[in-house]
Amino acid sequence: MAGQNCLVANDWICWDYVTSRSQELTDATVQHVWITGVSVLVGLVVSLPLALLARRGRRWAAPVLGLTTLLYTVPSLAMFSLLLPLFGLSASLVVTGLVLYSLTILVRNAMAGLEAVPEEVREAARGMGYGPGRLLWQVELPLALPALLAGVRIATVSTVALTTVGSIVGKGGLGNLIAPAVNSSFKAQVLTASVLCVLLALVADLLLLGVQRLLTPWTRATRAPRAARRMKPVPAEPAVSGPTTAKGA
Amino acid sequence: MGVLAGAWDWLATGANWSGENGVWHRLGEHVYVSGISLAVACAVALPVGLWLGHIGKGGALAVNISNIGRAVPVFAVLALFMVSPLRSAGYLPTIVALVLFALPPLLTNAYVGVREVDRSVVEAARGMGMSGGQLFWRVELPLARELVMTGLRSGAVQVIATATIAAMVGQGGLGRIITAGFNTYNTAQVFAGALLVAALALLVEGALVAADRLFPRPAAR
Repeated sequence: MAGQNCLVANDWICWDYVTSRSQELTDATVQHVWITGVSVLVGLVVSLPLALLARRGRRWAAPVLGLTTLLYTVPSLAMFSLLLPLFGLSASLVVTGLVLYSLTILVRNAMAGLEAVPEEVREAARGMGYGPGRLLWQVELPLALPALLAGVRIATVSTVALTTVGSIVGKGGLGNLIAPAVNSSFKAQVLTASVLCVLLALVADLLLLGVQRLLTPWTRATRAPRAARRMKPVPAEPAVSGPTTAKGA
Repeated sequence: MGVLAGAWDWLATGANWSGENGVWHRLGEHVYVSGISLAVACAVALPVGLWLGHIGKGGALAVNISNIGRAVPVFAVLALFMVSPLRSAGYLPTIVALVLFALPPLLTNAYVGVREVDRSVVEAARGMGMSGGQLFWRVELPLARELVMTGLRSGAVQVIATATIAAMVGQGGLGRIITAGFNTYNTAQVFAGALLVAALALLVEGALVAADRLFPRPAAR
C-alpha cells in the first residue's frame, strides 16, 4: 500500500520501483557490465602492441602518446555521434568509442610498467639466453603487471561511468534508464540507475583490486623498496595523474 | 573527407551562427558554463589541496575523492539535478555538475604537487629557519607550480569537453549543436560541433599556457 504510493508520489527512494522493474534493471545492468567488460578487454589487447611500439623509440612514442591523448579530449557525445555513420545504432559503436577512450590510460600505464623494469633484470635474462619474446612474456610483462593492472582499474571505473553516455544511441546500459526518466521526471528511476552505476564501478574496482593482489603477491611484501625504486625512473606516476593534457597537435 | 568538407560548409554558412540555436549563442553558453565551473572548482580545490599537501595529511582522502569522482557519471549527476527543483535554476545544474566533476583531479594534482616537492629541499628550508608560511610560499608553491598548472590545464580541457553532456538533458552549450545534428542525421553538423568544442579547448589551453608564462618564475640557475 505504502509502496504503491511512492510511485504515485514520485519519491526519490522507492522500493516498489526496484521490485516492480527488477527485470528492466537487471537487463540494463547486464548490458552495462558486458559493454564495459568488452571495451576494457579490447582496449587492453590493443594497448599492449601500441605500448610495445611506443617504446621502440621517440619516433613511435610521440605519435602513439599524442594520438591517444588527443582521443581523450574528444567529447564523448561527439565521439558516439561521429561513429554513427560507421556503425549505425549498435553496441559496437559504443564499445568502439569506449575502447578509444580506454587506450589513453592503458597505453600510458603499460608503457610506465615496461619502463620501470630494471635494466639489470633485462640484462640478466638476456645473459641466461632469453630471446626477445620470452623476455617479454616471462620477465617484462610480469614485472609491468602492477602498473598495467592499476591502469585497468582506472580504465574500468571511468568506462563504467562513460557507458551511460551510450544511451544517446540506445546502448548505454543503465544510462538507457536515466535518459527517458529525465524527460518524464521519474525521480526513483534516475536515482536508482545512478546509484547502481556508481555501485557497479566500485564493485568492479574492488574485484580488480582482488585480481591485482592475487596476480602480484610480491608487491605487498616488498612495498617499501619498490616505492623507493619507483621514484628514480619517474614513470609519470600512472596511478595518480592518469590521463592529463591534450598536449599534442 | 566528405564529412570534413561538409563540416566546413556548415561552419561557413552564416545562418548557422545566429539565433538561439546558432553557434554564437551556444558558444557563449559553453564558455559561460565551463568558465564559472572551472573558477569555482579552482577556488575550492586549489587552497584545500595545497594546504593538505603542505601539512602532509589527507593523502588517502585526496586519492579516494579522485577515485570516487571518476566513478560518478556526469550524465547521472546532471540527470539527478534535472529531476530535482534545481531544474528551473537556469544553468545552475550544469555548473554544479561540472564543479563536482572538476574538483577531484584539481584537488589531487594540487596535493600531489606539494607532496612531491623534494623532502630534502623542504628540510633544508626548515633548517634555515623558515616558518610554515615562508616554506609554503617560497619553496613548496614555486616547486609545485608545474604540476598544479598541468592539472589546471587538463581540468580546463576536460570541463570544456564534458560540458557538451549538458545537451543530453536539454541544457545549453555547444553540445546542443551536436545533438541537433545527431537527431537530424546531419553528420556534417555533428562534426562541426565537435570541431568547435575542440577549438575552444585548444584555445583555452593555449591561453592558460600563455598566462603561465606571464607570471614571474623563480630564477633558474
